[in-house]
Amino acid sequence: MKKIKFRKLKLTKKVFSFPYILFMLLFVVIPLVLILVNAFLDADNNLTLENFKDFFASDANIIVLGNSLLVGVITTMLCLILGYPVSYILSKMPSGKIIVLLYIIPMGVNFLIRTLATKAIFLAIGVELGMGTVVFGMVYNYLPFMILPLHTSLSSIDHSYIEAAQDLGADKATTFVKTILPLSVSGICSGITMVFIPTISTYAISQLLSNGKVFLFGDSIQLSFEQGLYGVGSIMSIVMLIFVLVSNLIMNTFNKDANLVRRSVW
Amino acid sequence: MKEKALVDNIIELRNVTKTYNGKDAVKNASFTIKRGEFVTILGPSGCGKTTTLRMIAGFEIPTSGKIVFNGKDITDTPPHLRPVNTVFQKYALFPHLNVFNNIAFGLKLKVIPNGTKTNRKGETIQLFRKYTKAEIKEKVDNALKMVDLEDYGSRNVASLSGGQQQRVAIARALVNEPEVLLLDEPLGALDLKMRKDMQLELMDMHKRLGITFIYVTHDQEEALTMSDKVIVMRLGEIQQIATPEKIYDEPANAFVADFIGESTILSGTMIEDCKVEFCNQIVECVDKGFKKNEPIDVIIRPEDVKIKKADDKKIIFTAKVQSSVFKGDHYQITLLANENEIIAHDTETYEIGEEVGIYVKPFDLHIMHKTRIINEIDSVITGENTVEICGVDFECVTDFKEGTPVKVLIDFDDIDILDDPEEGALQAKILSSIWKGNYYQTILSVEGTSYHFFADTEDEWLKGDLVSINIAKDKIITEKRDLNEEVQESIVKDETLTAEEQAAVEESMKEEIEKFDAKEEIVEEAEEKLNEEIGKENDAINEEVEG
Repeated sequence: MKKIKFRKLKLTKKVFSFPYILFMLLFVVIPLVLILVNAFLDADNNLTLENFKDFFASDANIIVLGNSLLVGVITTMLCLILGYPVSYILSKMPSGKIIVLLYIIPMGVNFLIRTLATKAIFLAIGVELGMGTVVFGMVYNYLPFMILPLHTSLSSIDHSYIEAAQDLGADKATTFVKTILPLSVSGICSGITMVFIPTISTYAISQLLSNGKVFLFGDSIQLSFEQGLYGVGSIMSIVMLIFVLVSNLIMNTFNKDANLVRRSVW
Repeated sequence: MKEKALVDNIIELRNVTKTYNGKDAVKNASFTIKRGEFVTILGPSGCGKTTTLRMIAGFEIPTSGKIVFNGKDITDTPPHLRPVNTVFQKYALFPHLNVFNNIAFGLKLKVIPNGTKTNRKGETIQLFRKYTKAEIKEKVDNALKMVDLEDYGSRNVASLSGGQQQRVAIARALVNEPEVLLLDEPLGALDLKMRKDMQLELMDMHKRLGITFIYVTHDQEEALTMSDKVIVMRLGEIQQIATPEKIYDEPANAFVADFIGESTILSGTMIEDCKVEFCNQIVECVDKGFKKNEPIDVIIRPEDVKIKKADDKKIIFTAKVQSSVFKGDHYQITLLANENEIIAHDTETYEIGEEVGIYVKPFDLHIMHKTRIINEIDSVITGENTVEICGVDFECVTDFKEGTPVKVLIDFDDIDILDDPEEGALQAKILSSIWKGNYYQTILSVEGTSYHFFADTEDEWLKGDLVSINIAKDKIITEKRDLNEEVQESIVKDETLTAEEQAAVEESMKEEIEKFDAKEEIVEEAEEKLNEEIGKENDAINEEVEG
């Protein structure tokens, strides 16, 4: 009998990662390279640095960027202030997991439809569209992204830490400040990352909920590409990418201590 | 206080019961702990020992009963106001703090008296302050020195080994200078060698500091080595309170004997004072005060069994060697005497099948009452020849009419245990299986009730297994039950107390009850008065209205 070698067809663990790698190459790596290339090309496909000059010379662009960051920070803070107490209470309830699910279910509805519905409600009750409504829409859309990681980290805190704190003389408030809060830093960090990054890059919400009055960075990127300004649009995308990376980096350094927390349990 | 109590008790539990979802985790526990004592609560997992400790720490509130600390009732005091500190099972060191800050945690929160001041009205006010940084540093450094971790202050707790974490946990509790230190199986996660070292260190610390230690463990050796007093618990009930020596030499019942070290437990009958029958032999013993022909358990420690020649004059009976296993410093020999297995320890080995003689000193035969000689359940006849047992109707042979309250009696032999939990009439869980020489005494808890069945079986059943029970209809004995019969509750006596101290404890309990009664009387009187007044007022109002 002939020996047939099946080596090439062998299903190793590696094989299962191929579809994902292909996907990443097609839809993440290649677009990123295209953006990088576009940033250094002018309208006639010549190599140039003009795009950078155009972007940074315009005050309007910088103001829009500043506005975006401001909206991002406000939205994130509001999400944290609203989300933390909710997650804390839910983590103490036995049925908390189900209620958290209820917070996530509305995410099944397309966010454009939800935003349009919000707009319709605002118009119906006569609220003037502007910065306030934009922030409201943002908080409404991204709150679940804050609650989910917070709930996960809060409910994974070993109850014995809380008992230990009480045993050592801490009343309820002190126990919270000295143990629960520091032990949930990892949740706070991932919550902030998951809210802040999408909010600074979002575009449709601000347009719809302010009738185009509030113009954010995501909107200006979209506009540039719509107007065929691929060069400037690419620069903006790169700037955005840098902000995303920087905020990720900051959160990761904060998270370092929190990661130690998890390891030490074992 | 008009006079100082005879017993200087720091902690007293009075009839404490804790119920979870209808099941008693701790049943009617009463004990006292003297100042400076090293007390161990010992028992298998699920016996309620940790729950008892958590009630003392304040993490659980008793369903009923009282916890008294230094003469003050602290039953409802939250944990942060109790002068006790706990060393947790898994240490529970704060992962976000380093070793120094972990130990300083309690000190930073503490307020200490700081002189008095007279205010404008002339009242003296007690002033408080927090510890200064220098004081905290000094105390923490001392605590670290005490547990031999001087240079570890700035280390992250996650980088420490199990033994080191253990020391930090002890230092963190002790630095607050608690009056009582509670330890919840603190050595459970350590390896054997480390555990032995830590045992000695803990005993040393207890001696040096002179504070009260309450230690929870399932390791009988640990309990016997370290403590002044051992409280043995099982299924939420206290079995025995005594010194380690007494627990080992004179266990209160078969369970304690089986749990505290290896031993042979045999069923027997007490013929008369100082005469006991087991293995079909009448043997001399030293125990008195049993009823004539009372069924009892005989407990023999393996080191007390002396193996002699089969024709020796002194022997109490002969036996056949069944197996001999080398155990390092002795041989463990299993002997078969009249179909009863007896375990012996000897420095010499014997041939398997060899006929030998056994001698046990009368003093070493430990005789104890059987916890139960028959399964007895209060029930009602539910129909013609059917009786309810644990919520299920069983067929039986009876003359009583429907609705008659009866006592159902079932012999240990008559309970059939079936492997399939669906097959039998009652679902039950195996709680324990104790070898009694030639059979296993198995205890089962019926699902959904708090009743425990005792059954004698040939096979050993695995603890925690789900099984089912069947009872043949002609084996169910029914007896008419008097509804007014009073249930007498037995309280486990603390054997470490002298007669005088015991009397003092009982006296104080009585006083407590009287005080409570007196208070109730006052309340009742006041209520009566109030009712009278209300009545008068009502009358007055009525008169006015009528007028």
